[in-house]
Amino acid sequence: MKEYIIRLVYVEMLGHDASFGYIHAVKMIHDDSLLVKRTGYLAVTLFLNEDHDLIILIVNTIQKDLKSDNYLVVCAALNAVCKLINEETIPAVLPQIVELLAHPKEAVRKKAIMALHRFYQKSPSSVSHLVSNFRKRLCDNDPGVMGATLCPLFDLITNDVNSYKDLVISFVSILKQVAERRLPKAYDYHQMPAPFIQIKLLKILALLGSSDKQASENMYTVVGDIFRKCDSSSNIGNAVLYECICCVSSIYPNHKLLVSAADAISRFLKSDSHNLKYMGIDALGRLIKISPEIAEQHQLAVIDCLEDPDDTLKRKTFELLYKMTKSTNVEVIVDRMIDYMNSINDNHYKTEIASRCVELAEQFAPSNQWFIQTMNKVFEHAGDLVNIKVAHNLMRLIAEGFGEDDDTADSQLRSSAVESYLHILGEPKLPSVFLQVICWVLGEYGTADGKYSASYITGKLCDVAEAYSNDETVKAYAVTALMKIYAFEIAAGRKVDMLPECHSLMEEFLASHSTDLQQRAYELQAVIGLDAHAVESILPSDASCEDIEVDKALSFLNDYIQESIEKGAQPYIPESERTGMLNISNFRNQDHHEASSHGLRFEAYELPKQTVQARIPPASLASTELVPVPEAMYPRESYQTTTVPSVSSDAASTELKLRLDGVQKRWGRQTHFPSTSTSNSTSLKTVNGITQVDGSNTANSRTRETYDSRKQVEISPEKQKLAASLFGGPSKTEKKSATGHKSSKPSSHMVKSHAPKSSMEVASEKTSVQQPPDLLDFGEPTVRSTAPSLDPFKDLEGLLEPTTQVSSAVNHSSTAAVTKSPDIMGLYTETTAGAHHKDSDILSGLSKPPMTNMVGGTTTMQVAQSSKGPNLKDSLEKDALVRQIGVTPSSQNPNLFKDILG
Amino acid sequence: MIKAVMVMNTQGKSRLAKFYEYLSVEKQQELIRGVFSVLCSRAENVSNFIDAESIFGLDSHLVYKHFATLYFVFVFDSSENELAVLDLIQVFVETLDKCFQNVCELDIVFNYSKIHTILDEMVFGGQVVETSSSEIMKAVEEISKLEAASNAISLIPKSASGWRSR
Repeated sequence: MKEYIIRLVYVEMLGHDASFGYIHAVKMIHDDSLLVKRTGYLAVTLFLNEDHDLIILIVNTIQKDLKSDNYLVVCAALNAVCKLINEETIPAVLPQIVELLAHPKEAVRKKAIMALHRFYQKSPSSVSHLVSNFRKRLCDNDPGVMGATLCPLFDLITNDVNSYKDLVISFVSILKQVAERRLPKAYDYHQMPAPFIQIKLLKILALLGSSDKQASENMYTVVGDIFRKCDSSSNIGNAVLYECICCVSSIYPNHKLLVSAADAISRFLKSDSHNLKYMGIDALGRLIKISPEIAEQHQLAVIDCLEDPDDTLKRKTFELLYKMTKSTNVEVIVDRMIDYMNSINDNHYKTEIASRCVELAEQFAPSNQWFIQTMNKVFEHAGDLVNIKVAHNLMRLIAEGFGEDDDTADSQLRSSAVESYLHILGEPKLPSVFLQVICWVLGEYGTADGKYSASYITGKLCDVAEAYSNDETVKAYAVTALMKIYAFEIAAGRKVDMLPECHSLMEEFLASHSTDLQQRAYELQAVIGLDAHAVESILPSDASCEDIEVDKALSFLNDYIQESIEKGAQPYIPESERTGMLNISNFRNQDHHEASSHGLRFEAYELPKQTVQARIPPASLASTELVPVPEAMYPRESYQTTTVPSVSSDAASTELKLRLDGVQKRWGRQTHFPSTSTSNSTSLKTVNGITQVDGSNTANSRTRETYDSRKQVEISPEKQKLAASLFGGPSKTEKKSATGHKSSKPSSHMVKSHAPKSSMEVASEKTSVQQPPDLLDFGEPTVRSTAPSLDPFKDLEGLLEPTTQVSSAVNHSSTAAVTKSPDIMGLYTETTAGAHHKDSDILSGLSKPPMTNMVGGTTTMQVAQSSKGPNLKDSLEKDALVRQIGVTPSSQNPNLFKDILG
Repeated sequence: MIKAVMVMNTQGKSRLAKFYEYLSVEKQQELIRGVFSVLCSRAENVSNFIDAESIFGLDSHLVYKHFATLYFVFVFDSSENELAVLDLIQVFVETLDKCFQNVCELDIVFNYSKIHTILDEMVFGGQVVETSSSEIMKAVEEISKLEAASNAISLIPKSASGWRSR
């Protein structure tokens, strides 16, 4: 029998149904023979779950076995307890298990604690009175039991840190004893004293010490000791080290510990083992929150990991990059992420990385132009995986522009969006969400700049609706877009002639099964039939961001009501007074106000009419049938009334948008009005963020540059580039010298930077123009102070530093400028790319040994790049062009753009 | 805590599967297949860690180790340390090796209950309780000794009853 049951377990593991044998397993646990009993317990723990019907037959046996003299029986029963006891049956076995905490065998004590831990996980309230037992067991004679106690305590502390602060001292002393090898030799593992206990203790200390200075101070010594004692050659030693780093990054920061943690991380990253690299990247991600400058030491290692064939490592690295994204490196990072996103098939991870891209882009986008382009890429490759809200955000951004009063820039942004969308539409198989965005933008702004004729845009929209004929939402968006375009045309006084394909499309939609589509098609027909004035008030051009004030009381109808009442109509009776009416409770109050306006006829009519108005705001044609005549005469107002319910419900729940927002776009464009103010504030923030981060970044890199500049010589330049663009690190020196030489050689065509001084003036001038001057001032005084130095190499850098500062200052202002006018962005990118080539040209002319060495690297890098991307020629041409025009390389970090271009 | 322990061969046949949270048989099979499809696409000389969120849901990590024809897989959440779990696999395999002298796939197939006993000594209710392979060996040997003893006692009445039923 025993053999059969084991085979049954095996059969079930292989995925076949073995439920016919469950009852036999249950019978086996009643057996007296230890072997059979244990097998039975094994089988039931694997077969059954805590809510299975057969459990009721087991509980009694478990109770009996927990009291058994044979500790193996007790252990087997405890094992079953962990798996099979549910919340209701916990009280049945709890007293026995508590008794077992004092069992002479340490194995039983250990397992009893684990069982209680399990109970705690299942229902914390059931064992809340036993928490003191855990504390008591911490002082158990047997280190194994003590170690086991750490598991429940870890959970308890995770849930409530403050009530366990008093244990800090005991934990620290235990950890100290463990680290000092006071435990029996049996607990050593690979010459490490009880590493698993150490790890658990460090985890607990990390929890207890987080943002608690006093508690953390107790830990510093012991954690420092472990750092020193840990043997980093064995796997387990590294595990403990890693846990130390996590602990250090979590507790109140201590400089000395941070230094040792950084050392450990660099050892991890330098090792050949992928496992250690993974841990290193992970640890770096933790530590970076406390001391961001640590990343710069390891930039090359990080880049290595990014290019590693190991997927896990790559993902971890992306996670790290995600954590360290600033406005200076967002473009490179997001670019990399999108590249990677394109290369993977795993939908789950694709979704995640897409949402991260979106998040970063929203947070740090240097310009709206870039944001839109990035969003396009994300949508194109992972469109169906992205949250619909992202699409709404994008539409809002395009509609609102910069939230400032810069109309030309806004319209340029829009026309560029329209252009890119028209281009993208040529590609087959676009995701639905993206098509919705495209349709909406084309509808709103397709004809706004007059570049494309209405018939061209409408033709495109018809194509979309035909090509994606099984996607109702896209079709709805397309129809609404068509309507908008025709409305704008009519409002502009032009004669509208519908394309034949548009006609046929409309006919198809008029007979569509989808009421929504039908509705929209009828609306379109109705709008086309109206005169210019009416159309303009229905769909005013470029008014998607204007808040429409909703008169919830519908005061404009007061006259009408008055008139009706004078004519002898019944006054409105509120719903609460009308008992016996069917399910109208889900309609809002305003509906009843509305009802009051025309709820003056027969009672029987009221219900259906309300439903229609609340759900589908009728088009003017339809409305003449459904609502009283006066409303049809003032179309604009009637729309407002009818939109009331949908607007308010939309404000309440954005999820319902899908169906409603077409409606809103049509009348009100309130789709986004609830969040208008937030978007303004974020864009403001971004501007501030750029300048701020720039300033601090240069300050950081300056402290590093001596180290970097030496290192440069032996590092592959390609990686350096990337590193620089990510971290703003090593190649800064290169850039610095370049600008320096350039400015000292006025033979170059540069207009703006004739000499360092003049450019400085330019910078300061610009600064005064720009809004946040305080941020720019931040860096400059320190530059001067670093200039004098003994080292000749340093000397050179010292000379050059002011210029860099200037250029970065220029950069600040120009970035700020860019955020204002997106069209400059294009030029700007070209410029920097060009400027970069220029740099290397000039540099190669110079005979500074370390520099030339490096420049050689740079050129090879360019060659390498040419094989990678087709853009090199283009960018060279642009370079030439730029040189003719003569624009300053205003980027702090030319490689940043280099990476994008090539 | 540890969510699951799996041993499967390079053809994707599972040789041991233990889930510390109850899952239906179908779900278990699905997870095993999911894990295997990830494992077999991994190149050699890459890290032993896999982000298993797409298979097991949020906050799950997977550590595996490849021995001869077998993959040893541990799935756990963020309260465990990846490197430590990697060593736990090492301990597990070492113990098996001691137990069967040069363990191979067949040993696992034919001594299925013993493998479970070993694993139960190491991991209890999803928590690691014992990490010294010699301690585990001691416990396992004691259990088998006692089991054999109790079996010998019950042998006579059992066989007698067996006779009677025939």
